[in-house]
Amino acid sequence: MRESTLWFWHLLAGAVILILLALHMTIMHLDDLMGLLGLSHGDPIDQKIVFARSQQVFFMITYILLLGAALYHGLYGLRTILFELTLSRTLERTVNIILTVSGLALFVYGAYAAAVIYLMKEVQP
Amino acid sequence: MEKNKQHLKNKLGLLGWLGGGRYGMERYAYALHRLTGLGLLTYFILHIFVTGTRIAGPQAWQQTMQSFSTPWFKFGEFLIFVCFAYHGLNGLRLGITELGLMLGKPARPIYPYRSSVLRQRPFFVVVMILVAAMIVIGGTDFYLLNR
Repeated sequence: MRESTLWFWHLLAGAVILILLALHMTIMHLDDLMGLLGLSHGDPIDQKIVFARSQQVFFMITYILLLGAALYHGLYGLRTILFELTLSRTLERTVNIILTVSGLALFVYGAYAAAVIYLMKEVQP
Repeated sequence: MEKNKQHLKNKLGLLGWLGGGRYGMERYAYALHRLTGLGLLTYFILHIFVTGTRIAGPQAWQQTMQSFSTPWFKFGEFLIFVCFAYHGLNGLRLGITELGLMLGKPARPIYPYRSSVLRQRPFFVVVMILVAAMIVIGGTDFYLLNR
């Protein structure tokens, strides 16, 4: 694939992350401020709240979308940094293979976890 | 091109990544962008495995969270929030300037020269103020309002 296409996807993934991670950070880490505005109810890492959230279609889909976008954006960024060391062609190919395989493996594991937890009927509140 | 590439050497190494040299504050912003990016990537990969413990059920999740409920982990989470605030907003600035916005219209180079870096400088300052505001908001939630 052309480098300009990979770079375009890097920017697009960054835009997706900015929106979804801002939402994630607000829910998970600005919960007290949100509570003052009446938009948060309880500890966001409490098991009941975590599982109730994970079992909503919206969160399951956005988790997987964020997972894919963040892995691509992060690993492409790492590849850019490594390539600036002016590696040999063989090393560049090795880096490409390692990052692609590990990125896909992490995506499969994360997406599998999100799907399994979404389908865990017995813990639905 | 390919032949030339093989002869190029990155003589500065790590210093080339982090040092600003004769360049302006944007060069340090660039180095910090990479540093925060690497920090976020490391945290994110660990986060995938930590949140994956939910597969084992609510009890396993609760136990995992209890093992992380120390002041150092809380400070680490705050650092991640700071990294996100900086990397996200600075990344937005980079994306906007990449599209050619906030740089002014192209013009003939007439002395005294005004480069595109200088044209986007006010935007850069505004973004850094927003980053500082986000850090204050995050710090308030993490350390002042924490229930």
